[in-house]
Amino acid sequence: MRIDFTEWSRYSAVLTCLLLVALTACRSDDPLESGGVFEPPASEEPGKSEGEVRGFYLLNEGNMGANKASLDFYDYTTETYISNVFSKANPELVGGLGDVGNDIAVYGSKLYVVVNVSNKVEVLDLHSGKRLGKIDVPNCRYITFYEGKAYLSAYLGEVALDPNAPNGMVAEIDTTSLQITRTVEVGRQPEELVGHEGKLYVANSGGYSPPDYETTLSVIDLDSFQETERIEVGMNLHRLKIDEEGDLYVSSRGDYYDNPARLYVVDTEDHKVKKSFDLAVSDMEIHKGIAYAIGVEFNFHTGQNTISYSKIDTRTESLLDDSFITDGTEEGIELPYGVAINPQTDEILLTDAGDYVSPGRLYCFSPDGVLQWTVTTGDIPAHIAFVVE
Amino acid sequence: MSIKNNRFINLLNCLRLCFPVFAIFAGYGQEKDSVTDYRKLEEVVLWQERKSTEHTAVVPVQQLSGETLKRMSSLSVADAVRYFSGVQLKDYGGVGGLKTINVRSMGSEHTGVFYDGIRLGNAQNGQVDLGKYALDNLEEISLYNGQRPDAGQSAKAYASANTIYLQSRKPEFEEGEQWHLHSGIKTGSFGLFNPYLNLDYKINNRLSARVSTAYTYAHGRYKYRFTNGVYDTTATRENADIRALRLEGALYGTTGFNSKWFVKYYHYDSERGLPGAVVANRFYRPQRQWDKNDFVQGEYRQQFTDRYYAVFRAKYSKDYSRYFDPEIVTTSGFLDNRYHQESLYFSLSNSYRLTDFWKLGLAVDYENNTLDANLYRFAYPERNNYLVALTTNMDWPRLNLQGSLLSTTVKERVRYYERAEDRQEFTPTLMVGWQPFNSPNFRLRAYYKRIFRMPTFNDLYYTFVGNTFLNPEYTEQLNLGFSYKQQRDKYLLEFQGDVYKIGVKDKIVAVPGVNLFRWTMLNLGKVSTTGAEARVRWSGTTVGGLTYGMQFNYTWQEALDKTPGSSVYGNQIPYIPVHSGSANISASYRKWQLNYSFIYTGERYSQKANIPSNYLQPWYTHDIAARYELKVWENKMELSLAVNNLLNQYYDVIKNFPMPGRSYRLTINYTL
Repeated sequence: MRIDFTEWSRYSAVLTCLLLVALTACRSDDPLESGGVFEPPASEEPGKSEGEVRGFYLLNEGNMGANKASLDFYDYTTETYISNVFSKANPELVGGLGDVGNDIAVYGSKLYVVVNVSNKVEVLDLHSGKRLGKIDVPNCRYITFYEGKAYLSAYLGEVALDPNAPNGMVAEIDTTSLQITRTVEVGRQPEELVGHEGKLYVANSGGYSPPDYETTLSVIDLDSFQETERIEVGMNLHRLKIDEEGDLYVSSRGDYYDNPARLYVVDTEDHKVKKSFDLAVSDMEIHKGIAYAIGVEFNFHTGQNTISYSKIDTRTESLLDDSFITDGTEEGIELPYGVAINPQTDEILLTDAGDYVSPGRLYCFSPDGVLQWTVTTGDIPAHIAFVVE
Repeated sequence: MSIKNNRFINLLNCLRLCFPVFAIFAGYGQEKDSVTDYRKLEEVVLWQERKSTEHTAVVPVQQLSGETLKRMSSLSVADAVRYFSGVQLKDYGGVGGLKTINVRSMGSEHTGVFYDGIRLGNAQNGQVDLGKYALDNLEEISLYNGQRPDAGQSAKAYASANTIYLQSRKPEFEEGEQWHLHSGIKTGSFGLFNPYLNLDYKINNRLSARVSTAYTYAHGRYKYRFTNGVYDTTATRENADIRALRLEGALYGTTGFNSKWFVKYYHYDSERGLPGAVVANRFYRPQRQWDKNDFVQGEYRQQFTDRYYAVFRAKYSKDYSRYFDPEIVTTSGFLDNRYHQESLYFSLSNSYRLTDFWKLGLAVDYENNTLDANLYRFAYPERNNYLVALTTNMDWPRLNLQGSLLSTTVKERVRYYERAEDRQEFTPTLMVGWQPFNSPNFRLRAYYKRIFRMPTFNDLYYTFVGNTFLNPEYTEQLNLGFSYKQQRDKYLLEFQGDVYKIGVKDKIVAVPGVNLFRWTMLNLGKVSTTGAEARVRWSGTTVGGLTYGMQFNYTWQEALDKTPGSSVYGNQIPYIPVHSGSANISASYRKWQLNYSFIYTGERYSQKANIPSNYLQPWYTHDIAARYELKVWENKMELSLAVNNLLNQYYDVIKNFPMPGRSYRLTINYTL
């Protein structure tokens, strides 16, 4: 077998040129996602009554380190689902929404988005989605509102980077100036919080120091902004909601091994646990006397997740027998992650985080648990806030 | 019974296992021993087993050695292996960023990295950071798909889907030379300060020593670009500093009775910043990491007869790493995790030539690994590995047939909680090389290999995440290739091509639990990869005395997620480009040498779903280096200047871990 050298060299020269041309020509400008700009719904429409739900924002957490938190909007008037509204409304903001969107809430004409790893709260115009301000708080977690102020829990204490300060804090934020006005130290790794009758209740987790978890709710007097009490509840607290009768529903995550997850009911009058349920709750929402709870619990002996969709009557404080999904849709749900109830239609919105690293799904169920529609979301769809006229 | 005692018993078991084999072969050898035989042996020098070259090997081999390695002016093994085809380097950026290799989309845990013939292990996470291994003390880097086909290897050499061999430099002396010293310093961008020194000393005709040491410091800061097409900002990578000390000492000896040996001590000590993912509103992170690696390893090779030789290898290693995170404040202060790994390894391999064309081999290995960590609910696992490899090589002038069967026995023990089940696996490899025509210039090759990787200690036991129910992750490879070589007076031309099909099943993946902190490991994934690689090499000299060499690599890979029921079924797996390639062109003229390197990595996705928000741009870098040789006081001095990423392209290999733009490196070295 003989190959003529000159012919090969000519081939390889041509090949080289082609290769170089091909290789240097194929890097396009960074593609912005298709779908154009976010056009907010018109703010005034005649014939709409007070309390009308116009739509909702859905916050996708995005996997840690991916910088993929994103905000979607569903418009009930046009029945359209728009992805990435934050990026579309604020394309010039460096890095976008950020890393791990942890909470979202509407207050007045503003939307508050807590972005955990990005150490910030984005404050957006409720209708245009444009940034009004940004509040920097390291390792911030959840936000709630009470009498004109925002209250934000954060894992990192008032004194940053002090090895002897494991406690977290709650920051009070003025909703007009968007400035932090006061801070107070609470338990370790505080999670959700609720304001009620001049007091703020904060669920402490202590998740950074297993097995030494926190077991208490912090009670903060909002006049003095001092922690006045700790209510002993259960291990590794997380979710905290309040019903119409002033009872707190607190989820305890247990230690993931021998101590199972539970749900506690705490009376805000005597600050005592009045009831507990043998139920794992990863997210819940209380609406018209019913607590809708989703639970995912991992069993180390079987290597399996157990998933539940429960309803609790908050008036009788009893677990109802039926699941809030009644049409068998749960078979196709991989990992239920967030739940919300439309305050006007009582429809149930449920998110599926899937495998955490691929786009998730949003499911809408009728009040009696029958699937209405479903849509693909961003990565780890988790938190929902309704826009009410 | 304590772990230490157990280990001793395991060692005894192991010796019991190997000894009969050793005795049989040794006995056979002794029968024939005589003075004349020895003399004959010395002439033959059989332990210089004919190494398979890239052209003749029955598996695809890619090598970088000596001058080529020098010319490329790479800082670490990681920089150098990027030029191999079929390879994706997972590079977190910067001098101190983690750099691991992924060969043919199988995942870095499937690549065995061997240092001077013994595997560099990491029972904790199965990854070897190739950025830690500098090139100052390396003679050769080779990548073998499948396995290295040489005889006399340890059983471990057959135990991974592909292997990288790092061969350190050995002392070599000119006639009458007693010692020599090679020393230099590298400096340039990132505040790099990297002095190194290698000393060879000839103690006597049968014994020589080598000491090699290097210190690396870099502040690691570099500018990078953060953009989405609308915003476009430049920031500086912070907390990317590194300081590292490497010290190696080795003794090399031969005996008067046909044996040779070496013993080596290796020490590495480093501290580095972990700059973390770049995310919105967060450009600085304070996390830090410390590593300390020490090992002693040795090899003893004895030729018993002209038909039989044996190699004994042993290694003891201790690895320490510490992760510090001041952003996590626990009840006992900042998060400060410490991990201690210990490993003990013995191997005995026997190679016996049955007939002129047929060789048999039997290798028996024992390895013990332990991991201690100051983690909550930690199991303190210990793993005992027993490997036996039976190999057969049949070499006729135009046909080579090789086969091996590996038996792996794994027994685990934990101090607390659950342990993984014991395992016994048998895995085969078949390799064929064929010269179909009279001319040796054209050869065909094929191999089939089935092998697995064990779940790592992290997979099994990491608090909250580990799952002791895991099965091994299996790979199955089928490769067909050819090699063409044309040698003339003035040039050498080589073409190589391979096509392959690889299946990975029971892939160990992290799946979510209750929340982001509660993942668990499961055998879920299935990947099917179809690929093709092509290499062209051409080197020679021109009439004017200019020496040139060039190499082009191209890889096409379709690595598809075939996990049943997955929403991403049929998508290309993360970080694997369909097209990738490299080019390397060098020229030397008298005292000057020039080198140009180019790497291209096509578009990829950063996560499983092939959607726009996971899309990563292709990237390509151009590196150039010039070297000049001069004499200073009768001794050789070299100056070299390298400019990497010449066109200052900003890119990420791993999303949100930006790579440096243009950088410079100056090297001066002097040989005494």
